[in-house]
Amino acid sequence: MSDALKKERIARRIAKELRDGYFVNLGIGIPTMVANYIPEGISVILQSENGLLGIGPYPLPGEEHCDLINAGKETVTAIAGASFFSSSDSFAMIRGGHINATILGAMEVSETGDIANYLIPGKLVKGMGGAMDLVAASNNVIVAMMHTDKHGNSKVLPKCSLPLTGTSCVKKIVSDIAVMDVTDEGLLLLETAEGVSIDDVIKATAAKLKVADNCQESAF
Amino acid sequence: MAKILGSSKEAVRLVQDGMTIMVGGFGVCGFPENLVHALADQGSKDLVLISNNGTVDGFGNGRLIANKQIKKLYASYIGENKALEEQFIKGELAVELVPQGTLAERIRAGGAGIPAFFTPTGYGTLVAEGKETRIFDGKGYVLETAFKADVSIINAYKADTMGNLIYRSTARNFNPMMATAGKITIVEVEEIVEPGDLNPEEVVTPCIYVNYIVKGEHYERRIEKRTNRQANR
Repeated sequence: MSDALKKERIARRIAKELRDGYFVNLGIGIPTMVANYIPEGISVILQSENGLLGIGPYPLPGEEHCDLINAGKETVTAIAGASFFSSSDSFAMIRGGHINATILGAMEVSETGDIANYLIPGKLVKGMGGAMDLVAASNNVIVAMMHTDKHGNSKVLPKCSLPLTGTSCVKKIVSDIAVMDVTDEGLLLLETAEGVSIDDVIKATAAKLKVADNCQESAF
Repeated sequence: MAKILGSSKEAVRLVQDGMTIMVGGFGVCGFPENLVHALADQGSKDLVLISNNGTVDGFGNGRLIANKQIKKLYASYIGENKALEEQFIKGELAVELVPQGTLAERIRAGGAGIPAFFTPTGYGTLVAEGKETRIFDGKGYVLETAFKADVSIINAYKADTMGNLIYRSTARNFNPMMATAGKITIVEVEEIVEPGDLNPEEVVTPCIYVNYIVKGEHYERRIEKRTNRQANR
C-alpha cells in the first residue's frame, strides 16, 4: 500500500471519532485530510487557530483571497455562520477547553501520552506554532501518524527521545496499522488495520501494548 | 486621537535603533507590508522583533532579517526563511520560540496591565525551563511574563480618522493585541474613512490604542499557499 493510501486510511478512521456538533481543530498534514471523510449526517465545525471558526472548502480558482487562510497558510473559505477573531481569542478558546477534539501529527508518542512533534535537535528548527497550546488544554487529543518512521523504527515509544510538545496529553493514536487508546494502565490496542494482525502491531511497536479484550482485527 | 501621516517612510521614522517592535500578521496574512518594507529601507539596526513568524525570504520580516536589522526575534514559527535559518545557526540572530497562544497572551497581557500569568502551555517542555511553575487543581502551569513594545506596527482593513479599526477575515490575527501593547502604535490600512462611517458595534480596535495611521501605498497581497478546489467537485 502506498503512503498516500495509508494516510488516507488514517484520516478516514479518525473521521469516525467525530460526533455531531463537535468543534474540531485539525493540524497540518494527515489531520487536514480528515475533513474529507466526515461521515454523512455529522456536522462538525472546524477551528483554525489563526482566527477562524467555521472553515469551508478550498476556494474555486480565482475566488481565493490573501486575507482568508487556515493555520497551514492555505487559502480557504468560511462557511455561513463562521466567525473571525484575534489570535488571543483563538487561543483562549483552545486553552479554555472549548474545542471538542484536537487532531495533530507527531514524530513520537509515548505510552503515557507524551507527544513530540516540533523539534529535532541539530536539524532545522521551525517552531511549535500553536501545537503546544493545542495539546496543553484539550481533553481529546488524537494523534494521526504513520506507525513507523521511514527507516521502520516505531514512533510509538516507552518514552519520547525528542523534545516534548506536551506531557500526558494524547488520548488516542490512529496510525496506518492500529488504533490505540492511552489509558492509566498504558497503551491499549483497540483495532488493527485491514490485513494487519495483532502480532504485526505488537512487533512494530516499541512501547508496551495491552490488547483490549474486544480488540478488532482488520477493523479499518 | 490618532494622527494621519503622509507616508510609510515618514511613519517608520518613529522607530529608532535598538527599539523593541511588534509586527502584526500570521505569516504574510494581515501583515503591514508597506510599513515593514519602509523600515527595511530605513535600515534601523539592533531591533528586537516580536512577531508570529520570520515570514518568507525577501518579504516582510524576512527583509528585515536579510538586512541584519534584527538582533533578537520572538516568534512561534520560523520555517520558510533561509536567511533566518543561516543567521540563527551562525549565532548572529537570537531566536526565542514562543508557543503561539503564549505569544498572543503575553502581548495581550502587556497591553492590559497584567505583568505575568500562569498557562498550561509548555509545562514539562523546554519552554518551561528556567521559569516558575505551579500546580493548580493537580495540573501544572508555567509563569509567563507580558510583552510590551516601543513601537507596534500593525495592519488593519479600515481606519476612521480618529483611529478606530476594523479588520478583514483572518488578517486580524495578532494585530488587535499588538495595537494595545505598543507605547506607540502605527497602523497601516487600505482605506481611511470619516468618524461615523464605521459601525461602532463592529469596531474591533477602539481608537484609544492607535497613535498613527498610514494609508498603505502598495499592496502585493502575497499568498503563501494558493490552494483551490476544482469546480466540478
